[in-house]
Amino acid sequence: MNREFDYSVVDGIIDGNGRKISSVISILQDIQEHYRYLPREIFPYLADAVAVSEARIYSVATFYENFSLEPKGLYVVKVCDGTACHVRRSIPILNRLRSDLGLSERKVTTDDLLFTLETVSCLGACGLAPVLTVNDKVYPAVTPDKASQLVKSLREEATHAAA
Amino acid sequence: MNREFMLIDGLPAPLQGEKNLLELIRKAGISLPTFCYYSELSVYGACRMCMVENEWGDLEAACSTPPKAGMKVRTNTARLRAYRRMILELLLADHCRDCTTCPKNDSCRLQELAVRFGIERVRFPNTAEAPDIDDSSPCIRRDKNKCILCGDCVRMCSEIQNVGAVDFAYRGSKMTISTAFDVPLAESGCVGCGQCAAVCPTGALGVKDDTRRLWEAVSDPQVKVVVQIAPAVRVAVGRELGLAEPENCMGRIVAALRRMGIDEIFDTSVGADLTVLEEAGELLSTLKKGSDLPLFTSCCPAWVAYCEKSHPELMRAVSTCRSPMQMFASLIKEHGKRSGRKVFHAAIMPCTAKKFEAARPEFRHGGAPAVDCVITTQELIRMIRESGLVFAELEPEAVDMPFGTVTGAGLIFGVTGGVTEAVIRCVSADKTPGALRAAAYTGIRGMSGSKEALVRVGDRDVKIAVVSGLAHAEELIGRIGAGEKYDFVEVMACPGGCVNGGGQPLASAFDREERGDLLYNADRMSSIKRSEENPLMMTLYNGLLKGKVHDLLHVHYRTENTGVSHA
Repeated sequence: MNREFDYSVVDGIIDGNGRKISSVISILQDIQEHYRYLPREIFPYLADAVAVSEARIYSVATFYENFSLEPKGLYVVKVCDGTACHVRRSIPILNRLRSDLGLSERKVTTDDLLFTLETVSCLGACGLAPVLTVNDKVYPAVTPDKASQLVKSLREEATHAAA
Repeated sequence: MNREFMLIDGLPAPLQGEKNLLELIRKAGISLPTFCYYSELSVYGACRMCMVENEWGDLEAACSTPPKAGMKVRTNTARLRAYRRMILELLLADHCRDCTTCPKNDSCRLQELAVRFGIERVRFPNTAEAPDIDDSSPCIRRDKNKCILCGDCVRMCSEIQNVGAVDFAYRGSKMTISTAFDVPLAESGCVGCGQCAAVCPTGALGVKDDTRRLWEAVSDPQVKVVVQIAPAVRVAVGRELGLAEPENCMGRIVAALRRMGIDEIFDTSVGADLTVLEEAGELLSTLKKGSDLPLFTSCCPAWVAYCEKSHPELMRAVSTCRSPMQMFASLIKEHGKRSGRKVFHAAIMPCTAKKFEAARPEFRHGGAPAVDCVITTQELIRMIRESGLVFAELEPEAVDMPFGTVTGAGLIFGVTGGVTEAVIRCVSADKTPGALRAAAYTGIRGMSGSKEALVRVGDRDVKIAVVSGLAHAEELIGRIGAGEKYDFVEVMACPGGCVNGGGQPLASAFDREERGDLLYNADRMSSIKRSEENPLMMTLYNGLLKGKVHDLLHVHYRTENTGVSHA
C-alpha cells in the first residue's frame, strides 16, 4: 500500500457505496469522478475492501471504455462520432483538435494535463450534429474552426484561473 | 428404476443427475470437444466447441444446457462439423503456429483438436503476434500470444485457489488474460501452484523448464549429482511413458535416472519421515502449551506463500518444519560434505511451487541453495524420453544407501490427508495394527477438499482439519477466525494433494483417486508403517543431525521473502 496516498477520500466513497463486490462499478465511477481517472493506488486497497482480487478490479476497469487508468486533462473534450455526427463531418473536427493539441489516437491527453480528447459513439443529440462536449457541457453544430476557437478560449480561461 | 432418458444421436441415454448435457454425452461414449470445460470449475461456455444440434435444428452449448427427459440432440452433423472447423480455423488464425518449438507440443489441446478435425489449411491470414514471454516466475512460464481466452486459468486461480493473480483485461479483440496492471507474474499474487498451467489447453501457460541445468550437471565429471524423488511422482509417470496399466514406477524411475548418469538416488519419503517426527513433536508441545490457533502444516510451499501473502498473522501458527524436500536436501548437502566432489542436488517433484521454495533465501547456506534444481514430473518424463530409454522395458531398481530405508508413513505424504495420517500414527499411543487401520477411517482419507477428524491423543481429543485447494483453506481460515477451534490443520494447495500437483501430467478426478490409491498400496506393502520406527531415523538423529536439528530441519520464514519474485 502506498503510504503517501490519501485513502480517506476512497474510504468515504467505499463506505458510501457499500463494501461489497456488487458495488465495484459505482465505487470506480465515484473515484474517477473525484480524481478524473483511476489512480493505481486504489486498486489493491479496493480489492481488500470488497474482498476480490486486484486482477478482477483491473478487469472491470479495463473492460469499460469510460474508465481511465491515465490521469485526464482538466478539460475532457468528447467529439461525437455516432452515425449522425459522422455523416455531418465529425472527423475533420477531431483531426483539427488533434493537430491543435498535438494529440493522436494513442496519445489522448496533453502533457500539461489541460486537455483530454476522446471520441464517443452518440451522445443522443443527433439533431444538433456534429456535437462535442467539454466536461459534459454540450456544444452543438461544431465546425473545425469553431472547435479551434473553443480550445483557445478554454486555454485562456485556464491561464486566467491559474493567475 | 429411473425411466428418464433422452436421445443422443438417436440412441437413448438415461438421465442420472448429470449437471449438463456435456457430461451426459461424454458418459454415452462420445468425446465432445471442449477448451473451456472442467467439471470442477464453473461453466463458462466460451469456446463453443461442445455445440450440439437439437431436434429443431438449433445449436446449443452442451456444457451450459441441463439435460431433460425427452430431449433429442445430435452431436455430429454436417453443420456442427463445419461450425467446429470454423472455430478452430479462427483460433488458429490468431495463434502462433510454431508447434515444433512450443513447450506444449504434443500435449496441446488446440493442436489435438486441429488434428482431430483435419484442419489442413486456415483460410484467414495469420494475425498472431510474436511470442511475448513472461518468465519472471521461477515456477511458471507465460506466453500471452498463445492464449485462446478460454479463461480456464482465471477460474482455476480464483475459484479453486482463491488467489486471483490473473483475470481478463480489456474487451473484444483487445481482450487478454492479465495480472493487475500487467505486472510480471512474479510480482502478482501468484503462489506458484501451477494449477493454471495444468489446465491451460495451449502453450500460453506452462511449467518453467529446468531440465537443461540438470543435464549440464550430469555431464560435468567434476560434479556428483544427487537426486531425491517425491512420492507423488512415481504414480503419475506410467501412462505418459507408455505403460498400459497404472503402477507405482519408483523402481523404473530409479533405473532410468541411473542410466541417465545420476550418481545417487534417494526417496523424498525419508525427508517426510523426518518431517513427521519433527511435526509430531511440535504438535505435542503445542497441545501441552495450549494455543489459540491450530498448528498448520508447512510442507506445501504454495500454501506457505499464500499464507504469507494473504494471512501473515497466521504465520506464527505455521509449523517451523521445513518441507520434506528441504529437510532431505539439508541432509544430502551435509552428507555431501564428506564426499570430495561438489554435490549438485536435484529434487524431482510433482510441484511447480517447489522451484520457488528451493530458491528462497531462507534455504541458502553460505550463498548456495540446498536444492540446486527442481525438476517437475513433466520435466522428468521429457528427460526420460530425451534419453531414448524405453520405460516399459526398464528393470526396476532400488534407491541408494545410506538413505535407503523408507516407511509407509512417508509415502502417503503425496496425497491429501497423508501428512495428517502419518502424524497421527506417530503421536498415537496405541501402536497396534488395529489402531493403524483405525487411523485410515477417521475421515482423513479421500479426495474431498475439506475433511475433518477427531483423534484421541493421550488423554484428550485432537481436532483435525485437512484441506486441499486454497479456496478450501480460505474457507477454513474464515471459520477459525469466527471462533471455531482446531488443533492441527493440514493444507495442500493443489486439490487432492501432491498427486494432482501443478507439475504432474494433467489428472482427471479419476486419475487423482487412482494415484492416491497407488500410494496407499505402497504404504500397505511397506514393512515399516511408522516414521519413528524407521531405523534410519535413529541413525540420523544420533549421527548427521546431532546438534543440528534446528539448523537443518527448521526454518523461520521471513515475510520480506514473500514474493515469488525474490527467487
